[in-house]
Amino acid sequence: MELIQEAVPTGFAYLAPWLVFAPLLGLLINLLFGQRFSERMIGLVASLASGAAFIVSVLLASTVSANHGEAIRWQLAEWIHIGTLSLDWTFRIDSLSTTMMLVVSGVGTLIHIYAIGYMHEDVRFKNDPGRFARFFVFLNLFIAAMMILVSGDSYLMLFVGWEGVGLCSFLLIGFWYELDTLGRPSWANSNAAKKAFITNRIGDFGFLIAGFIMFWALGSFQFDEVFEAAQTASPGFIVAITLFMLIGVAGKSAQIPLYVWLPDAMAGPTPVSALIHAATMVTAGVYLITRSAELYTLVPQAQYIVAMTGAVTALFAATIAVGQYDIKKVLAYSTISQLGFMVAAVGMGAFVAGMFHLITHAFFKALLFLSAGSVILGMERGHHNLAHGHNNDHAHGEGSNEEGGHGDSHGEVFDPGDMRNMGGLRRTMPVTYWLYMIGTLALAGIFPFAGFWSKDEILLDASLHYPIVYLLLSIAAFFTAFYMGRQIWMVFFGGHRSEAAAHAVESKPIITVPLMVLAALSVLGGALNLPFEGFHQLGHWLEYTLHEVESLALDYGVAGISTVLALAAIALSWFIYGRNPLRTGQPDPLKGPLGMFFTGMENKWFVDEGYFATIINPFKKLSQFLADVIDWRFWHDWFHETVIAGTYNWVSNIALNRYADQQGIDRFANGLGDVTQWLSAGARRIQNGFVRSYALSVLLGVVLILGYLILR
Amino acid sequence: MVEINYYIILSAVLFTIGALGVLVRRNALIIFMSIELMLNSANLAMVAFGSVLESFSGQIFVFFVIAVAAAEVAVGLALIVEIFKSKRSIDVDQMNSMKG
Repeated sequence: MELIQEAVPTGFAYLAPWLVFAPLLGLLINLLFGQRFSERMIGLVASLASGAAFIVSVLLASTVSANHGEAIRWQLAEWIHIGTLSLDWTFRIDSLSTTMMLVVSGVGTLIHIYAIGYMHEDVRFKNDPGRFARFFVFLNLFIAAMMILVSGDSYLMLFVGWEGVGLCSFLLIGFWYELDTLGRPSWANSNAAKKAFITNRIGDFGFLIAGFIMFWALGSFQFDEVFEAAQTASPGFIVAITLFMLIGVAGKSAQIPLYVWLPDAMAGPTPVSALIHAATMVTAGVYLITRSAELYTLVPQAQYIVAMTGAVTALFAATIAVGQYDIKKVLAYSTISQLGFMVAAVGMGAFVAGMFHLITHAFFKALLFLSAGSVILGMERGHHNLAHGHNNDHAHGEGSNEEGGHGDSHGEVFDPGDMRNMGGLRRTMPVTYWLYMIGTLALAGIFPFAGFWSKDEILLDASLHYPIVYLLLSIAAFFTAFYMGRQIWMVFFGGHRSEAAAHAVESKPIITVPLMVLAALSVLGGALNLPFEGFHQLGHWLEYTLHEVESLALDYGVAGISTVLALAAIALSWFIYGRNPLRTGQPDPLKGPLGMFFTGMENKWFVDEGYFATIINPFKKLSQFLADVIDWRFWHDWFHETVIAGTYNWVSNIALNRYADQQGIDRFANGLGDVTQWLSAGARRIQNGFVRSYALSVLLGVVLILGYLILR
Repeated sequence: MVEINYYIILSAVLFTIGALGVLVRRNALIIFMSIELMLNSANLAMVAFGSVLESFSGQIFVFFVIAVAAAEVAVGLALIVEIFKSKRSIDVDQMNSMKG
């Protein structure tokens, strides 16, 4: 290992490789010995591995802080040296990357701990306890890949992590690959995984093209070199790079038009939804744009497109969330919407606001997802207890639930995630209720929760620079508060709409304690960057890396409007859903007044159907045509069979077999045999067995030789 | 002192008789004797030339030939005895099982 910049004190920089190695070590241990370990041991190893990465992140952040934000580049190994391209496996330790490391490993570790409790029950509800270890192997692999993504010193190393987290996302969405979300045998989950992977491939393709243009026009992948070369490069190249990069961002961070994979990704276990599809992986796109800040600030046109993409996504996804019934689907669309806020923020150049919202969102959205997981588990427990009698506590006895699939053994299919089956959980699951409440208030942007400060900063930036974006985001914020209010009323208030809800059981501390930590962070997270003079800690911290940071003071007008909007939305949601609680089997009360509009929201505005009609089905038809006609009939039947094989057969039959082989080679070989036979037929007459004729031959021979010798 | 030419002629005559004997007779013993005749015609010629040239080489050579001939006779007679035992005949024309 060698250090590139000698001038900067390195502090704990030598620990940087352990960001990746620690989770990899945990992964290897669980991979090799997971089947022999107890669940407690597996969870401990995985959580410690993730926790070690968190400790390393803290130490690295302290080093950056001690260096006054100077970036440290710590080279681990040489990587690619071809021609003018010279890339090393170098970790970049600066204020931006350490911020991401802290979020990823911090939230990641809490979710690891939560997952010990969650997966313990999940694998038993789905009758495959052997899969427990596999989950933590994937989870640790994800942490390792994410660390590569955020700590890379070049776009290529970032891309390695980018693809790695995509793989982990695929593996974890399809964790119950042979089931659907209700636990029935089906390919639904594995189809969701494929959808996520393929949609991400489209985005990654954009990212790759951006990388190609970058190397072509700027001659490097290393961040500093790229930014330096960009200053003098033609703006056309920068626009192309940034816009192709936006396609990658749209794929990974679920923006229009590539967001469709994220709702389906809810097929994965809930800790996965929280870690990968809410808190960390999907924010990689926001990180990418923030990291490329120096490219984006060069081209305002591209920035405008990024901001509009984010703002439209924020509003669009928020409207869909209103029409969803699945507790996780609502949160999934909420995540897309919030990612839209972040992308809009970084598109406007408000990188600190974007990163701030990224951090607070990681806290409260992880909290919401994990609480939703707790709700689902509570419903499962209630349903299970009903089916098996109250004395049979399946979650504690390992052998009590081996009598067949969960769904099968209970007769009709029960969806523990459907909010229409819930209701009144405030009484049966009080701890989860309060945690969920905190997450909701933070997401809705109610003072003084974390979401209020971060969302407000984005709105303030938008109001100053991009009025259209401000308008879109404000409406989206209204919808956000509305669908969260709707969810709270439907899930926790009113009467129990199913027997399972009535018998739901509160989760154990291993699930609730990590939630409490996240809840505390969701309450206090706003303190990272308060809009008051002297409290812009995050802004100053990121200024080391981003150079130009606008520190805005609180604008009471913007903050007031957004608070009023949020409160109005919650009040409206109470008016619709809280005042007259939904009864069992009753359709959504919005269905009547909104009519077509609600049908659209309920059905995701038919975007999936639209994609099927405009892209996927024509693509399938084209593939079918290519396969049947072009490949099979043309290439296989005609070109391959007729032309190549036919010609070959003709050549080998006629020219080679009949003429060259039969007439040439065979004749020569047979002729050789015939001649030998003919010659030997003559010669064998000499061998007549009469010794006297041999003697005569000898005599004649001697006479001939002597005659020759004498007469010559 | 006899003229060398007489020795050569005698030797040639003896050799011819021997060669003809080998070629025309069918009795294995007669063939054997004919071979001896040819060997001894050669011996005669060598001794004669040795005497004319006043060299011992011819005589030394003749001793070797006599020794080899004796060995040859020992082996050959043994073969003929064995052949006679199995075939009850020493006619060489009946020993033609090796024909091609």
